Amino acid sequence: MRSVRALASTALVGLTATAVTSCSLVGGGDDDEPTSEGGTPTEVVLVTHESFTLPDEVLAAFEEESGYRLEVRSAGDAGSLTNRLVLTEDAPLGDVVFGVDNTFASRALEEGVIADTDVERPAGAAAYDLETGDAADDLVPVDTGNVCVNVDDTWFAREGLEPPADLDDLADPAYRDLLVVPGATTSSPGLAFLLATVAEYGDGWPAYWERLVDNGAKLVDGWSDAYQVDFTQGGGKGDRPIVVSYDSSPAFTLDGEGGTTTSALLDTCFRQVEYAGLLEGAANPEGGEALLEFLLTPEVQAALPESMYVFPVRDDVELPADWARFAEQPDEPYAVDPADIAENRDAWLREWSDVTTR
Amino acid sequence: MLSLTDVSVSYDGVPAVRDVGLDLPDGQVLAVLGPSGCGKSTLLRAVAGLEPATGSIAWDGADLSRTPTHKRDFALMFQDGQLFGHLTVARNVGYALRLRRTPDAAARVEELLALVGLEGYADRLPGTLSGGERQRVALARSLAVQPRLLLLDEPLSALDAGLRERLAVDLRRILREAGTTALMVTHDHEEAFTVADRLAVMRAGRVVQQGAIDEVWRAPVDRDTALFLGYARVLEGDAAELVLGRAAPAVAVRRSALVLDDAGRLHGTVVGARATPTQVRLVVDVAGLGEVDAVAPLDRRPALGADVRLGVDGSRLAVVGAAPTGQAV
Amino acid sequence: MRRTLALLGLALGPVLVLGVFFVLPVGGMVARGFWPDGGFDPGGVVEVLTRPRTGRVVWFTVWSSAVATLVSVALGLPAAYVLHRLDLPLRRAVRAALLVPFVLPTVVVGVAFRQLLGESGPLGGLGLDGTPVAIVAGLAFFNVAVVIRSVGAAWEGLDPRPAEAAAALGASPLQVLRTVTLPALRPAIVSAASVVFLFCATSFGVVLTLGGLRYASVETEIYLLTTNLLDLQAAAALSVVQLVAITVLLALAARLRAVPDPTVARRTARPRAVRRSDWPQVLATVLLLALVAAPVLTLVLGSLRVGDAWSLGNYRALRSTGEGALLVPVTEALVTSLRTAVDATWMSLLLGLVVAVVVTRRSRTPAERRVRSVLDGFFMLPLGVSAVTLGFGFLITLDRPPVDLRDSALLVPVAQALVALPLVVRTIVPVLGGIDDRQRQAAASLGAGPLRTLATVDLPAVWRPLLAAAGFAFAASLGEFGATAFLARDERATVPVVIFRLIGSPGAMNYGMALAASVVLAATTAVVMLAVERLRVPSLGVL
Repeated sequence: MRSVRALASTALVGLTATAVTSCSLVGGGDDDEPTSEGGTPTEVVLVTHESFTLPDEVLAAFEEESGYRLEVRSAGDAGSLTNRLVLTEDAPLGDVVFGVDNTFASRALEEGVIADTDVERPAGAAAYDLETGDAADDLVPVDTGNVCVNVDDTWFAREGLEPPADLDDLADPAYRDLLVVPGATTSSPGLAFLLATVAEYGDGWPAYWERLVDNGAKLVDGWSDAYQVDFTQGGGKGDRPIVVSYDSSPAFTLDGEGGTTTSALLDTCFRQVEYAGLLEGAANPEGGEALLEFLLTPEVQAALPESMYVFPVRDDVELPADWARFAEQPDEPYAVDPADIAENRDAWLREWSDVTTR
Repeated sequence: MLSLTDVSVSYDGVPAVRDVGLDLPDGQVLAVLGPSGCGKSTLLRAVAGLEPATGSIAWDGADLSRTPTHKRDFALMFQDGQLFGHLTVARNVGYALRLRRTPDAAARVEELLALVGLEGYADRLPGTLSGGERQRVALARSLAVQPRLLLLDEPLSALDAGLRERLAVDLRRILREAGTTALMVTHDHEEAFTVADRLAVMRAGRVVQQGAIDEVWRAPVDRDTALFLGYARVLEGDAAELVLGRAAPAVAVRRSALVLDDAGRLHGTVVGARATPTQVRLVVDVAGLGEVDAVAPLDRRPALGADVRLGVDGSRLAVVGAAPTGQAV
Repeated sequence: MRRTLALLGLALGPVLVLGVFFVLPVGGMVARGFWPDGGFDPGGVVEVLTRPRTGRVVWFTVWSSAVATLVSVALGLPAAYVLHRLDLPLRRAVRAALLVPFVLPTVVVGVAFRQLLGESGPLGGLGLDGTPVAIVAGLAFFNVAVVIRSVGAAWEGLDPRPAEAAAALGASPLQVLRTVTLPALRPAIVSAASVVFLFCATSFGVVLTLGGLRYASVETEIYLLTTNLLDLQAAAALSVVQLVAITVLLALAARLRAVPDPTVARRTARPRAVRRSDWPQVLATVLLLALVAAPVLTLVLGSLRVGDAWSLGNYRALRSTGEGALLVPVTEALVTSLRTAVDATWMSLLLGLVVAVVVTRRSRTPAERRVRSVLDGFFMLPLGVSAVTLGFGFLITLDRPPVDLRDSALLVPVAQALVALPLVVRTIVPVLGGIDDRQRQAAASLGAGPLRTLATVDLPAVWRPLLAAAGFAFAASLGEFGATAFLARDERATVPVVIFRLIGSPGAMNYGMALAASVVLAATTAVVMLAVERLRVPSLGVL
């Protein structure tokens, strides 16, 4: 009994000790919130989604140049980001938002969560500006990428089958049971693909989706499920050679012999643009504007492909070698007016759910 | 007829029952008497088929070692009844009848409840019964399908003294009326004497003596057995001879074996006296014996320090180690 | 009256914590639905409930959870018997291993399951991918451990003598099971089943990943409505449905649980050697083990592949940030995970102990008893609320002083502690409740004050379950994803969050690292659970 008691007290002491020392977050002392003395803000808070990453040295460069400490608060996916902003309108989560894309931009602007700014666009960036409303230029384009149908070229070569070329082909019985698509309701590339079909078929898009489903298209939860599990060139070596992914994806399926095993179908793409903006009610608007401008600097723009798998909006930065060779961007991707998206998204998603789960 | 030959049971290599041999003829009740921890309950469980045993456990000559508990056609009654708490009294009693899909089970249940004196209790739940009532229900449940052997594990020990005595008498009557062959284990010799026909005394895993009740009673095999059978004291050597009037290695005496008697052969000084409802209990310092217990009729209470004479009641003492013993019976 | 006040005083701490970190956020989100533009508009919420889609979603949730619960119970019962009543070699290790799925991130399990069941997987021929069968299998995979542990613990503590009496009366083993053992286990089975049902009905990742989007449950629907459509009215309506259903379920379970007499002396049966008649159950357990092991094995094998060769490269890469996918290396995330788990553990233990003491002290009046049972149910509620609702609720309600905690490092451990709290309470309560109150009275009569009584009577009995509860809380915290993903900052990402990001990034190396990190997480969990097993505690108690 004595040893039992001893063990218990040891455990208790141990637990207490770990709690008050560095074994726990509470005792770890890394919650050193900067104090803003005399009302001069010393930090800039960036609110973003969970896919945001930039190299440490780039982030450090901003802190050095601007004199502000940069605090990144990222959580949730791109879709929930906008809704978080809307819900926390009265007490904004930070100074700057990054990651609102063109499918959600209208909602952010309409709900008034984005403050007025005047950020100069570098070379080529203005082409990605939103075109709706007076306040459209408050959202600053930072990066872009296209959601495109990807095919496994090695598979098609092996089967002696010509790969599909456009959306219509995907419903062709020749490609029966070969396509896997991330869901429009549960993933951002899924929504982008849905918008591509809306742009192509107009009001007739539900009929197209019925054909897709009838042709054995497989719907999965998100991009990782589609690409990593079901796609023949994904990590899990699935068995579907056609997948909805990105225009940059082929740069990640190198065959080790100077080529790539996949390609993006450039006639099936929907352009996504990610925007940044100053939040209404920001505690540090000056710092916020500095951060917005920083996001457009060549350093950040050049780092985008390797850290977030997207293209820069500047046309004067160099792309990584693999990207330059294998990540081809479409000339004329599908587009849907952000205002139309804002107005119809809910209805489209509900109808899409109905069509695909029928 | 139940026959046990060289039965041993061990837990994790520690023997609990060693080389036990017993015979129980049909219609008889055998009590296995022993202190707690002597292995008697383990023996009972082995007979029930609940513990793996070596040696032979046989019924009418047929070995039971490959017969699982539920096919032995025995019934086991625990110290605390182990009624099924979620079933009513009637459903508890009728449990085995339902297993066997016996017709007219309801009538049989009523009959059994009458036998144990619990008419009208059919719809009660075990939780609402007293200890004695629970044991009666457990007994009725065990008797329901007329098992060829009833195993009773300290059936009355959990009850208070008065109730225990009454129930012991009832139990004997019920077993007799039903003609049940029963094996009972107990640590209470009174209970054993009341209920059983035969007695086996167990100590440290072994049966040290067995036989008809009065045989065992009259000739305990050794000192410990005598004490366990309820003898107050065992006298040895000269003291034994003094009491018995002839030479004997040891004599077991009950408290009432020495009686105040002016014509008695022993004399001594009263050092203690206490009245009970039926007699006066004395402690007397007898020359050659030391302080011994004795009794006096209620109307003759000697004063402390008085010189008294004591007579010996030969029916209340036993010569220890005189009879043939143990396994050989 | 004074006793009731003292009771409430003691309960105040945990109630306050749960109030601030659970009731307030969830209430805030629901209120947004009922007061969409500042004005009270319940009509909108009611309208949502009459939509045919809502009906479909609720119906699917109910039936898929019910079937998964039945499957979990059916698979768990024989294993509970074998692992808690029979003397088998390695049974502690097996018990620990069976708990691994319970804490694996759903996204990883989803991938593992799909690799197994998918068209190209070894079981692809069954055509189960994207069917309700796959969903049910996934749910059962996660929850069968709950059945094994809670029913197994009850089975272990079951007095064997009524079963022996029945056998002696001529009942065959099956008849004993049906007429004696199962009725005695019924409270444990019912409450395990109700908890499993809760877990199934609020499961998010499994339905999304394995259902192939064709199936929506209440939980996935709330997620969709909140994060994507910003239809707060509909989300609020479903949240209320969820809460009401869960409250009813908990009340029902509490009633069924209360059947056995807690003062009955429990006699723990020694595990006994395997007999021939036990073979069906042993086989069933082996089968279950294989079913659980298959997806885990898929993970392990996948993690050891780099390109087309066997390699430990994915494990070595855990020290890096992957191909740009992460802000911190996986090893650092593991440290964060462990540190967070330490915090979550002591928080849930502290809260859980107080709650357990409050709900187990003997009540003197019916009112007092009612207060205690309401408190008991109250602390189970976090089991049944969508992480999305809670996450958004945190954002909109904890946003200004004195509770501006949105960015506090404490938020994640607090949220995890809330998730672990029901497990902790349910582990300690049966033990504390089993202490005969007369022991405390005896201590008091010998001059021990309330604290001294606690230290000398309750603590010695409860320290082992307490340590076990610590193990569960620790493991549950390690595996928590829903709330953590929403609340954790990137530089403090935990392993499940990191895995989620790795698997969502292109590049074969990121994928391999995700698998390797999952294996590390599973192994860590297994080690923690094995340590718990070594304490030989009657495990989860009766949930």
